[in-house]
Amino acid sequence: MKIPLVYNVRSLARRPVSSAMTALGVALVVGVFIAMLALANGFKMALVRTGSPGNVLVLRKGADSELSSGISRDNAAIIGALPEIATGGDGQPLVSPEVFVPMNLESAAGGGEAQLVVTRGVTTRAFEVRQGVRIVHGRMFAPGRDEVIIGVAIAPRLAHSDVGDTIHFAGRGWLVAGHFAAGGSSFESEIWGENEQLMPVLRGQVFQVVSFRLKSAGAFDAAKRTLEDDPRLQVDAHRESEFYASQSLVLRTILNFLAVFITGIMAVGAVFGAVNTMYAAVASRTGEIAVLLTLGFRPRSVLASFLAEAAFLALVGGALGCLVALPINGIVTSTTNWSSFSMIAFSFLVTPRILIEGIVFSVVMGLVGGFFPARRASRMPVVQAIR
Amino acid sequence: MKYFPLVWANLTRHKRRTVLTTLSVALALFLFASLRSVVTTLRAGAEVGSESRMIVQSAKAIVFFLPMNYRERLLAVPGVKAVTWADWFGGVYQDPKNFFASFAADAESYLDMYRTDFTLPADQRAAFIQERTACIVGQHLLEKYGWHLGQNVTLQGTIFQGDWTLTIRGVYHATTPAFSEDALMFHYEMVYERYPRWVQPGWYVLELTNPSLAPQVAAAIDSEFKNSSDPTKTGTERAFNAGFVTMWGNVSFLMNTIGMAVVFAILLVAANSMMLSARERTNEVGVLKTVGFGDRLLFGLVMAEAGTIALMGAVLGLGGAKLLYPAIHFSAMGFLPGFAVTAGTLALGFAIAVALALASGLVPAWNAARLSAVQALRHVE
Repeated sequence: MKIPLVYNVRSLARRPVSSAMTALGVALVVGVFIAMLALANGFKMALVRTGSPGNVLVLRKGADSELSSGISRDNAAIIGALPEIATGGDGQPLVSPEVFVPMNLESAAGGGEAQLVVTRGVTTRAFEVRQGVRIVHGRMFAPGRDEVIIGVAIAPRLAHSDVGDTIHFAGRGWLVAGHFAAGGSSFESEIWGENEQLMPVLRGQVFQVVSFRLKSAGAFDAAKRTLEDDPRLQVDAHRESEFYASQSLVLRTILNFLAVFITGIMAVGAVFGAVNTMYAAVASRTGEIAVLLTLGFRPRSVLASFLAEAAFLALVGGALGCLVALPINGIVTSTTNWSSFSMIAFSFLVTPRILIEGIVFSVVMGLVGGFFPARRASRMPVVQAIR
Repeated sequence: MKYFPLVWANLTRHKRRTVLTTLSVALALFLFASLRSVVTTLRAGAEVGSESRMIVQSAKAIVFFLPMNYRERLLAVPGVKAVTWADWFGGVYQDPKNFFASFAADAESYLDMYRTDFTLPADQRAAFIQERTACIVGQHLLEKYGWHLGQNVTLQGTIFQGDWTLTIRGVYHATTPAFSEDALMFHYEMVYERYPRWVQPGWYVLELTNPSLAPQVAAAIDSEFKNSSDPTKTGTERAFNAGFVTMWGNVSFLMNTIGMAVVFAILLVAANSMMLSARERTNEVGVLKTVGFGDRLLFGLVMAEAGTIALMGAVLGLGGAKLLYPAIHFSAMGFLPGFAVTAGTLALGFAIAVALALASGLVPAWNAARLSAVQALRHVE
């Protein structure tokens, strides 16, 4: 027969301070765990959202980032003639040859401090290829003019970045025509201008990448084969979504390692705390346990009951940890994306999945911490205990 | 001190509890030391680098080359003693996950420029300089991939397309923490020969005749190239390194916040266990009071117990961190060269342990001291 759970809840309530401390310890561990995962997740999502599975990104063969790539005008024209490319409303292919350069820009912090920020030269086509990019303040840059638009994530971090300001880079002033949003993707950490305006002042007559929209997402393999087998080209074709996800690899590896390392050690500490609490609980309830056993409860039920108590205690802690960590969702932070050497602003992203992982983690801590004390309780010799 | 056996006996009564509490204190302080060392290492990274060396890079962004003819013009700037240059190569060895710094430099002048930062046997140095396709690697990198002198290593260029086969002709030991042993260096000429129309120096390094000239030299250089198509940004090597550190963003804040959470979490665990111990021994306190132990002494005994646990935890955790990281050559894949637990971190860790002892021992000790013998003896568990 099972021992009702309410017995355990009441037992915990009889030791309020000790129970609360154990639960708080678990809460802190789970809180840190969720915060670390939310950080790694936010960074990953910023980059994953950047790409679309229906888009292809063409880089120079062997280039592992847009930064190290280079594609000549001739090659860009060859790529643009590919039959797998979707066409826009005007019958023209949806291709965007782009210039990509991280530029030193004055940061909003002042003091002449510079930040490396990705500057991307695009055509107006880019807004059809990369769906989800839209102007939120001001207007689009006008073709043929020295105008740029700035991503909403990076704009507050740069000096002279308000709509109507003039921002200086590459030895020239550029009118900030507008701010754009891109669904939380890393494009929001970039400055966009017209490629023909940016190309000559940046890296000479060469594009860094060519992005295009596929007629259908399934046509990727055919397009990739055609491009990579073309003897005139020396390029690699990537599915855009996969490429940008891979760009987050270095930092994500570090963040995930930190999450595991830090919370792993903290978790062991918290488990030790739970073990202490539960052993003390078992020791102080020797008489009660003996009564339970005498009444005919099976040792297995006693084991389950004490395990449930530990798990419940940890669960309360886990739920508390989730609550504590929840407000960090959406907080914007910035770091360097080491693939492009430039600043990327992104927000902590707490997802239901992470919260569930946190809860499961807390229950596991409780079960591990409660196991040995619970086993002791269930194996207690009745006669000795009741004395 | 004569009461120590009593304190010890109390601690060893619940051996498991004492061990677990001590270990959780140790783990937490280990973690604290690790996190703080990330911050101090980053900060130290911003402070290493010579004040008498300067870096000249493109003002547009670090990815731009500077013209080769700047070398002569830089040498002509008053206060400049020597000039060398290098390019970030960014090669991949076998798998993109094998990340380490690789760069192409003007061999002889570069080795001279950094002569005080590393040691390289003279014969290896000569062999490296003689051979165009040779490279030198840091001792740690050599061990990491199990390479040996004379071995051919093929890197795939990410910026400079193609396969690059280099022969290891030298292994250097870094003598300053700023100089990474996780790096590979080869000849600038090799990259230049393959891409003569494109490749130019990525940055120049200058040695000054006198470090105090740095501001004037920087101003002179930057104004000289200001209106050219390749303006420069000149700063001391230390400022250059500091720039990379700020690129991490607010990682220090993150580490410190987590560190605080960790410290608070152990405080809970330790305090909890001290309180459990004290509660179980209420009638013992009564006995001790009856046989003549004073209030103050009892207070001291309980505090001593908390202090012993905290100090043992501190020695284990902080000592462990101090010994472990150098033993495994931890450098976070080269991102944290010279990772070290500083004396300041150890001192702070011990301070936390003392605070922990006070915080966790105070309530039980106070309770033990003010409890009257009669009340304590009546208390039945």
